[in-house]
Amino acid sequence: MFQILAQNALNALQLGSVYALIALGYTMVYGILTLINFAHGDIFMVGTYLSLAAAVFLLGLPLGLPLVVVFVGALCFSMALTAVLGVVIERLAYRPLRQAPRVSAVITALGVGLFLENFTLGILGPEPRHFPTLIPLQAWEIWGLTITPLQILIILGAAVLMVLLDFLVRRTLLGMAMRAISYNRLIVPLMGVPVDRVISLTFAIGSAIAAAGGLMYGLAYPVLDPYMGIRIGWWAFIAAVVGGIGNIRGAMLGGFILGAVEIFTPVLLPSSTYRDFVAFSLLLLLLVFKPTGLLGRPVFERV
Amino acid sequence: MPLLEITGLTHNFGGLRAVSDFSLKVKEGELVGLIGPNGAGKTTIFNLISGVFKVSRGMIKYQGEDITRWPSHRISSGGIARTFQNIRLFKELSVLDNVRLGGYAQHGYNLLQAMARTRNFKIEEERQRQRADSLLARFNLSPYAEAPARNLPYGEQRRVEMARALISKPRLLLLDEPAAGMNQSEAQDLIRLIKEIKEDFSLTIILIEHQMRVVVNLCQWVKVLDFGETIASGPPQDIQHHPAVLAAYLGKDGALAEVEAEKATPGPGKVA
Amino acid sequence: MATLNKPKTLLISLASVLLLVLALVLPASGVLNPYVVQILMYVGINMILTLSLNLVNGYMGEFSVGHAGFMGIGAYAASILTVWVLPRAWTPWAFPLVLVVGGLAAAVAGLIVAFPSFRTRGDYLAIVTLAFNMIVKSVLENLEVVGGPRGFLGMPRLTNLFWVTAWVLITVLILRRLVYSNFGRGITAIREDEVAANLTGVDTRRLKLYAFLISAFFAGVAGGLFAHLLQFINPRSFSIIKSTDMLVMVYLGGVGSLAGSLLGATIFTVLMEVLRPLGLWRWVVGPLLLVLLMIFRPKGIMGFKEWKWLREEKVASSQ
Repeated sequence: MFQILAQNALNALQLGSVYALIALGYTMVYGILTLINFAHGDIFMVGTYLSLAAAVFLLGLPLGLPLVVVFVGALCFSMALTAVLGVVIERLAYRPLRQAPRVSAVITALGVGLFLENFTLGILGPEPRHFPTLIPLQAWEIWGLTITPLQILIILGAAVLMVLLDFLVRRTLLGMAMRAISYNRLIVPLMGVPVDRVISLTFAIGSAIAAAGGLMYGLAYPVLDPYMGIRIGWWAFIAAVVGGIGNIRGAMLGGFILGAVEIFTPVLLPSSTYRDFVAFSLLLLLLVFKPTGLLGRPVFERV
Repeated sequence: MPLLEITGLTHNFGGLRAVSDFSLKVKEGELVGLIGPNGAGKTTIFNLISGVFKVSRGMIKYQGEDITRWPSHRISSGGIARTFQNIRLFKELSVLDNVRLGGYAQHGYNLLQAMARTRNFKIEEERQRQRADSLLARFNLSPYAEAPARNLPYGEQRRVEMARALISKPRLLLLDEPAAGMNQSEAQDLIRLIKEIKEDFSLTIILIEHQMRVVVNLCQWVKVLDFGETIASGPPQDIQHHPAVLAAYLGKDGALAEVEAEKATPGPGKVA
Repeated sequence: MATLNKPKTLLISLASVLLLVLALVLPASGVLNPYVVQILMYVGINMILTLSLNLVNGYMGEFSVGHAGFMGIGAYAASILTVWVLPRAWTPWAFPLVLVVGGLAAAVAGLIVAFPSFRTRGDYLAIVTLAFNMIVKSVLENLEVVGGPRGFLGMPRLTNLFWVTAWVLITVLILRRLVYSNFGRGITAIREDEVAANLTGVDTRRLKLYAFLISAFFAGVAGGLFAHLLQFINPRSFSIIKSTDMLVMVYLGGVGSLAGSLLGATIFTVLMEVLRPLGLWRWVVGPLLLVLLMIFRPKGIMGFKEWKWLREEKVASSQ
């Protein structure tokens, strides 16, 4: 019994790590622009496909590259290009709307997301693609649990990225600028902070991290389709909101909670098709009773 | 029985105490002033009275009834109307619609009657329309009736706000810095206007204002706030020279200079 | 006493009757080819959807981005009636009632979304409505009784041009009456400045409730019409993609304008048809259009402006 729970907990940790990584992107952008970047899930999706493309390409080279190199190559390639994508989207679609009412920005974000999905669908067609195996398919038996190197990689890799990001936000000048902008976007430029540059960097970092999550996701769940952005993206978004949108630690917490929900729902409920229902109901309930999430801060309004 | 009675009103914004143990009794027909430096808590008090902020400590009674916990739309439709420091009109809507909205709660028909366009609906709609038209005429706004509110010059917008507040036939009117941004002659017009509407509409008025001449000319008595505390209370003539009041506005040294200056220049009401 | 613009009202009534007669006669007479009739019906259904969403997003300025959920509920409710409950022979006569029931079912769901709208604003309401859309889709996918993900079929083809035209006219009529009334003004006041509206005596909670209820009702009716045109529905027809299409139509045609909704629905539906040869690529058009609209012309073609024939009657004042 303990074994089943522990095994599932491990799976939840793995999945939760991926959600957390994507949730970070949502939360960083919300913190800095008060914009829910609905396109982020689709940015993740593009990142995953880019990893796929890089991996396939590198594997196809007649160089006999070791898998480690392929992995690192795919990671760097997709993180870099996805970061660029994030920045491009920000410049083209969100920057013109900085002063516009919130409705416009929200709807634009939705539009961008759908555009990415359908564009990818147009280019790649609807058949699912398969991610090559880059991590040796071993399994170790420890304390009766089956642990794979992939799981270790994902959990540790995500943890490393999150620690780095936390460090960035709390200990560096850039992070301080990000936090300042999230408190008051209008006066910060008066203090010499290059707001546009910081915002672009925020998008770049968030997108790059999502791409890393994409690679990990692709390795763990090797069947990809253009609509995965909606599925994973939405779950990660719920994770960000649950944890408290705008709060980085919250995104991590939320990610793990959602991972647990996804893994444990089929264990506790009769059918796995109820997962969506549970997740979204959780979101709804939270929004009604505690809109700022578990770790979020309340917002005042001046009259 | 006082029309409005406030006791022990206290309000915090996070760690900041905005209003501290504020009390006030206003009798019907009075015109009372609420003054103090910026940030003293005056608008906060209006917000507490009108239900924008939830009252955590204190009590507000209107016509003997405890309205402390009432939602703001109920307070507004119950006879307490207000205007705002920064004009809050419905910018894209026409002037006529803005004023008609002031009478929202007085429209005597329900949704089904509106959708079925019953005879009752038509009668009520016409009645409200005519009341709005006559108010617009009174404030010299008739030519602007169909224009979007945002197109009007500042002074006209203030009058629209007033018309909107008056259409519901309130008994108590809260005016938040009505003379803001006005020069001396505009302020004189405003003083006259306020006196007229008070008379014509049988109003009791609480006025927040910075311009001393307006306060002195209109208010029967005045309460002075600073950092949320009431520091003085009494007729405007006394308040003007009250040392604590002057210190709050001008700082200790400035207070003396102001007293000297007041003695030298012609005061309000005298020919300049 | 109010002197309503009698000649105008008469003209509009005559025009409506004419439209209905045409809608009844033209398809049967074979003058219009069936493909065109089909397109017209889709335009009509989309008009009803756009009008309903415009009430909440355009007039009230809220953030409903999951409206397809209401459409889905209406579609399934109406279909359940015609497929399981009513005897086949009755269905053509009972069709209006069936649609109304579908609308009412959607309206009940509208309640569920309305309550969170009291406390949440802006982006958060967007999330609530999206979550609602997802939940509806998820619930439908799990209900094996109505076919689950495989869908529900067997509905009689009751939708024809006459019924679609009739319902478009009904929707326009009712919404117009709502908009030019105390309640309509209150709804636009919420959009302009909700706090000031409350302080002016407007019961914003109740109005939000009314707006969501009415909006959901008409979306549900449109769903019923849709189901009985296609004779097959599945949960994927009512996903966020459908919701986004509705958003495009509202923001394209013009927020806060009845004529704008009619225009937006027409342009979008026809455009999608015209682009059919593009295959999968035509689904890129909608979102792209949405983004461009938001950046360059967020109010839409007829933002806040109304068509001459639909404007408020100028009551003769005593001045």
